[in-house]
Amino acid sequence: MRFIARRVVHSILILIAVSFLSFTLLQWAPGDYFDGLRMNPRISPETVNGLREKFGLDQPFLVRYERWMRSVAAGEMGFSFAYDSPVGPLLWARAGNTFLLGGCSTLLAWFLALPLGIWMAVRKGRWHDRLFSVVMSTLLAIPDLLLFLLLLLLALRTGWFPAGGMTSSGFDELNLWGKVLDLVRHLALPSLGLAAVAMPILVRHIRAAMVQALESPFLLAARGHGIPHQRLLWRYALPAASNPLISLFGLSIAGMLSASAIVEVVLSWPGLGPLMVQSVLARDVYVVLALILLSSIFLVSGNLLADLLLYASDPRIRVEQ
Amino acid sequence: MNSPEMDFLLSVRGLTKQYAQKRLISGAHFTVEALRGVNLNVPRGAAMALVGESGAGKSTLVRCLALLEKPTHGEIDFEGHDLLTLSSKKLFRARREIQLVFQDPTSSLNPRMTALEIVAEPLEVQREGTKDTRRRSAIELLDQVGLPTSSGQKLPFEFSGGQRQRIAIARALALRPKLLILDEAFSNLDLATRDSLLQLLFELQARHSLTYIHVSHDLRLVTDVASEVAVMYEGRIVEHAPTAELFTRAKSEYTRLLLEAMEIDSAVIDDHTVEVMR
Repeated sequence: MRFIARRVVHSILILIAVSFLSFTLLQWAPGDYFDGLRMNPRISPETVNGLREKFGLDQPFLVRYERWMRSVAAGEMGFSFAYDSPVGPLLWARAGNTFLLGGCSTLLAWFLALPLGIWMAVRKGRWHDRLFSVVMSTLLAIPDLLLFLLLLLLALRTGWFPAGGMTSSGFDELNLWGKVLDLVRHLALPSLGLAAVAMPILVRHIRAAMVQALESPFLLAARGHGIPHQRLLWRYALPAASNPLISLFGLSIAGMLSASAIVEVVLSWPGLGPLMVQSVLARDVYVVLALILLSSIFLVSGNLLADLLLYASDPRIRVEQ
Repeated sequence: MNSPEMDFLLSVRGLTKQYAQKRLISGAHFTVEALRGVNLNVPRGAAMALVGESGAGKSTLVRCLALLEKPTHGEIDFEGHDLLTLSSKKLFRARREIQLVFQDPTSSLNPRMTALEIVAEPLEVQREGTKDTRRRSAIELLDQVGLPTSSGQKLPFEFSGGQRQRIAIARALALRPKLLILDEAFSNLDLATRDSLLQLLFELQARHSLTYIHVSHDLRLVTDVASEVAVMYEGRIVEHAPTAELFTRAKSEYTRLLLEAMEIDSAVIDDHTVEVMR
């Protein structure tokens, strides 16, 4: 319990530090949302100043930070100038969509990469291993944007998948099963794209960790005792290889938000990606801050989850604690 | 070394092991011959040392004997059965008779298992007894190798190097093997730990009628433990003789060079040592 409590406190401290640092950096950035209004001759400088006052931008730095933190604690996460509404409600609906896409693609990537990496490690040096190594290297070399555009082209040319969005126009009229199917059809292409981007790295790491585990002397010793191959693989090699893989799993959770940004823009997925692009361009500072904080929450949660999984799976860590 | 009336536990005939390799730049295939027709007889109850320089093929030979590698040609006759022609079921049973203790106890023990689990694992694999009897056997074995039974729940990293090697020996003894192969098992240990483990092996040999093969390039260790020595060079046994004879009247030029390299001459072998070796 002490280990978990320590990790949670550590995570909260990181989030506070990130919030302060990102708030500071964004306040230092030249200009703000209202500079665009000053260019408009029909809006008087007094009106602009009034708006700045209304949103508290005339207040000292620490007061603004304190207000923003109160707003974060209340779940509002600040106020969007562009949408004229609190950031929280804007964020949560889109965050759910991004989480759905990121979760599905992460699970798909691991579901495919884990058996493939293990299979390649067991067949190290044989033609199967070499063939899939070439396939993974090729996939790794393709830029993400190009891959997503190719998927979009595939959807447009074949009509097998919807070319964008999260649901069809008549979604509300569908029954539950129809809604699920429609969602799955829309989810398929962006999930596949994201999984294809993540897979080469996962496969390489899984293969390397398994090769190292399979060649470790304790596995040879176990083989000498007549332990069958399957048991060696699942009870010895996989647990031995699991520590770096669990850390990698934590990182893939952590990177879910940033990884899905491009595919959401290209394939019009109504997640946080398009909102991020719009708010950065509009200098809608509290939306940007909320996205940074959310991204940090993903990062910290991913690492926390990895730490907890490591704690649960590795008796050495439990003893050391 | 061989006489018709001797009872051999293990007889190796014409054992060859080749590894296929590929050149880095040209990609051309070639073969490396690690063992070149090894012939070796190990008498029952003997403590044999297998010596030679690095790359001589000692570890390959013992890995073949422990059935961790499949030889390219040859026969491994163990108690009248050629291990290389046994069915997989019989081979599974035969594995229990030959056990190997590795050089590095740290890496040869599963880091996630407790000492008790490590020692009981071979029993579980060979489906010996119930969970309770296996646990009792493991506790007894830890006791035999001089580890307190309270340490059974500890993980390998909580033990010293010498204690880990004791766990490895206990694990090797779990299936009551007839042949115990120690592949440079003492090379990473300090002298005091080495001596206490050697004493333990002498006791275990007396108690369980074990036959040992010690792989080493430490000739001083050989004089302490082995009743006979086989010298390996470039994948062959070049000389096999009783320890005292080998150290005093080596026939092979390579053996003499090896002895010189280790700065050991016949003076090291005093009457007491020869007596102990007998």
